[in-house]
Amino acid sequence: MINSIEKLKEILVCGGTGCQASESNRVFEVLKEEVKAENLDKQVKVIMTGCFGFCEKGPIVKVMPDNVFYVEVDEASARKIVKEHVLKGRIVEEKIYKDPKTLEKIPEQSSIPFYKKQIRIALRNCGKIDPENINEYIASDGYMALAKVLKEMAPEEVIDIVKRSGLRGRGGGGFPTGLKWEATRKSKGDVKYVICNADEGDPGAFMDRSILEGDPHSVLEGMAIAGYAIGAKQGYIYVRAEYPLAIHRLKIAISQARQRGFLGENILGTDFSFDVDLKIGAGAFICGEETALINSIEGGRGEPTVKPPYPAQVGLWKKPTNINNVETFANIPPIILNGPDWFSSIGTEKSKGTKVFALAGKVNNVGLVEVPMGITLREIIYDLGGGIKGGKKFKAVQTGGPSGGCIPYEYLDTPIDYDNLNALGSMMGSGGMIVMDENDCMVNIAKFYLEFSCDESCGRCTACRIGNKRMLEILNKITEGKGEMEDLETLRELAETIKDSSLCGLGQTSPNPVLSTMKFFYDEYVAHVKDKTCPAGVCTALLKYYIIPEKCVGCTACAKVCPVNVIHGEPRKVHVIDREGCIKCGECFRTCRFGAITRK
Amino acid sequence: MCYCDEQSKFEELRKFIQEKRNDKGALMPVLQKAQEIFGCLSYDIQEFISKELKVPMAEVYGVSTFYSQFTLEPKGEHIIRVCLGTACYVKGAQAILDRLSKELNVEVGKTTQDGKFTLEATRCLGACGLAPVMMIGEKVYGRLIPDDIPNILKEYQK
Repeated sequence: MINSIEKLKEILVCGGTGCQASESNRVFEVLKEEVKAENLDKQVKVIMTGCFGFCEKGPIVKVMPDNVFYVEVDEASARKIVKEHVLKGRIVEEKIYKDPKTLEKIPEQSSIPFYKKQIRIALRNCGKIDPENINEYIASDGYMALAKVLKEMAPEEVIDIVKRSGLRGRGGGGFPTGLKWEATRKSKGDVKYVICNADEGDPGAFMDRSILEGDPHSVLEGMAIAGYAIGAKQGYIYVRAEYPLAIHRLKIAISQARQRGFLGENILGTDFSFDVDLKIGAGAFICGEETALINSIEGGRGEPTVKPPYPAQVGLWKKPTNINNVETFANIPPIILNGPDWFSSIGTEKSKGTKVFALAGKVNNVGLVEVPMGITLREIIYDLGGGIKGGKKFKAVQTGGPSGGCIPYEYLDTPIDYDNLNALGSMMGSGGMIVMDENDCMVNIAKFYLEFSCDESCGRCTACRIGNKRMLEILNKITEGKGEMEDLETLRELAETIKDSSLCGLGQTSPNPVLSTMKFFYDEYVAHVKDKTCPAGVCTALLKYYIIPEKCVGCTACAKVCPVNVIHGEPRKVHVIDREGCIKCGECFRTCRFGAITRK
Repeated sequence: MCYCDEQSKFEELRKFIQEKRNDKGALMPVLQKAQEIFGCLSYDIQEFISKELKVPMAEVYGVSTFYSQFTLEPKGEHIIRVCLGTACYVKGAQAILDRLSKELNVEVGKTTQDGKFTLEATRCLGACGLAPVMMIGEKVYGRLIPDDIPNILKEYQK
C-alpha cells in the first residue's frame, strides 16, 4: 500500500497537443483545484509535462514517486486520484492501464507493453519535466553537456565525438551528422549559422512537435553545442505555423535560457556567444527541404536551389550553415554526456542509436515510440502498437510520408534502419509510420500521396510540376474505372523520369508511394484496371451496392434517402437497388440499421 | 468597417514595418503580421507593404501566393480546418469534410455566404492519435464521425 502524504508528491499531467485536445487542460485545472481544496499545496505539485507518447489512451496522468500511470483520465477520475490515491494511498483501479490480451492491470509505465521495448534518448524528458520551467531541465542534467563542451573540449573534439557516435540525420536523409558539422566548420568564413529544421511536414509525423512541446531546452542545448563546434554565433529554429503550442513553449524556453546565461553573450563565462531566434513558417511542405528553408528564412519564396553548393558551404545569407532536424539536436546532449561508445552500442551496424516513430493509422496503440534501430516493423506494430484495430487484417505500413513507400506483410520482420528501408523502396523519412488494414485501397493511398505532392510541389522543375500531375490524372482514371493496362506502364515510366530529373528531394521521392504500391500490390492495380473493382471497397466509382435479401426487413429507410429513387420495394418486403441509375452516393449504406446493404 | 478603423490598422502595420525594416528576411514576418491585423492580404495591403518595406510588388505577391497560410480574400468568422494527413485520411477524414461541405453548403476552400464559416482541408495537424481531427479556430475536435458534425456546428451557429 502506498503511504502518500509523507513524501512530496508530483502529479504529472500530459500537456501534449493530443491530450490537450482530449481536455487534459481541464484535468490539470481540476487536479490543482482539488489539491488546493484538500490543503495539500505544500506536499503535492501538479505539473503539466510534455507528451508521454501514449496518445491513444490520453489524457495521461502519472503520480510520482509512486510511479502509477493513469490513462483516459477525466474530471471525475482526476478528483478521485486526489481523494483516493493522494490522500488515502489507494490506487484508482479503474483508470489503470489494462492489457487487452491478458486483462492484467499494469500500474507501472515501464511494464506496459507499449513502453517495454522503448529506449528513450531524444524523448528522455518528455512526460517527465515541466517544459516551461528551465529548472526542471537543469535538474535532469540539462545544459551539463554544454558546460562540459565549453569547459573541457575543443570544437574538433566535439565533432569527433559526434562522428564516432554514428548519429545520422533524423529528418529523413540520414546523412552523418558529424560529417555535416565538420564540413561546416571547415568552410571559410567568420560568420556561420546553425539552423534547426522544425518544419515537420510529413502527414502523420508528430515526433518533432512532441520534442519541442515536451523538452524544448534539449533542442536549444543541442544547437548551442553545434554552434560551438562549427563556430557559429547565431541559430534559427524554423518551425511550422501549424504548431502553436510548440512555438509558445519555444519562446518561453529561449527567454529562460537567455536569462540563465545559456544563450547570449559569453555563455557560462567563456568566450563563446550564441543566440537563437524563431522563424515561423507559413504553410509550405517544401520548406522542410534545406535550401528551400533557407530561402524562406531569407523572406522569399520557399523554392529549393541546386546542390552543390551545399548549405555547409553557401547557406543562409550566403554563409556556411549547418542544418539539422529537431530530433538530431535532441540526441546531442546525451551523446556528449554518455560518450560516443554508449550511443553507438545501440542500433545496427550502419544506423546507430534510437529513432522516434509516430505510430498512427489502424493500430490499437496510436502514439509516439522511441525504439532502438534494428527493431523489426512487426515488433513496433504488434508488440508496442498492440496489433491492428478491430482485429482486422494487416495490409501495409507506410513509412517516410509522401517520400516513402508502403511495406507489405512479407517484410514485417525487416530490422528497421536507413538502408533496409531504402532497399524496400521506402525510406526512414522523419519517422511517420502509418498502419493500413484490409479496408485500405493501395491505389487510393498512392493517389492520396500524389495529390499531396502535386499540391506541395513548388513548381520550379517541370518533371515534378507536370509529371506528378500527369501521374495523378492516370491514377484518377484508374480509380474511376477508366484505366487501361498500358496506363500502368506509363505510370512507371513517368515515375522513373520524375525521380531522375527533379532538382530536390520532394520531386526525387514523390513517385515512391506509387512505385512501392505497384511493386507490392500490383494485383490491386490490375483489379482496378481489368476487373473494374476495388478489392478494399474504397474507390466509390467502382463500387456496386447490393441489398442482402435475408437481412432486409423492408423498413423503407434506404428508399427514403436515395436521392435518385432507384431503391424499390413495398414496406415490410425485401427491397432491391436498380443499379442502372445508382449514383453510388452510399446514403443507403449509411442509413441501413440492419446491415442489409453491402458494397463490393 | 469604417475608414478610421482601416486607418488605424494601416498605422499599426506601419509601426511594425518600421521595427522590422532593418532585419534581414523581414518580408515573411511582415506579411504574417498584416494578415493578423487585416485577416487577409488584399492587393492594397500588399502594395502598402511593398512601398513601406521597399520590396518590389512582384516579390511581395510572389511570397504571399506561395505559402498556403496567406490568403488574399477575407475569411469567415470561424475557420474550420479538417486534417487530411494520412492518419486522418485512412480513418475517414474525407467523409467528415464531405459532411461539413454538405451541412454548410459550401465548397472546400470557400466561405459561407453569411461569412460565418470558412471550410478548409489542411495539412497534418499532428494530432494523429485522435484521428480524424478538425480544428475550429484553435479548438481541436478528435475521433470524429460524420454524425458529430451538426451538433458541433450548432455551438457556433448561435
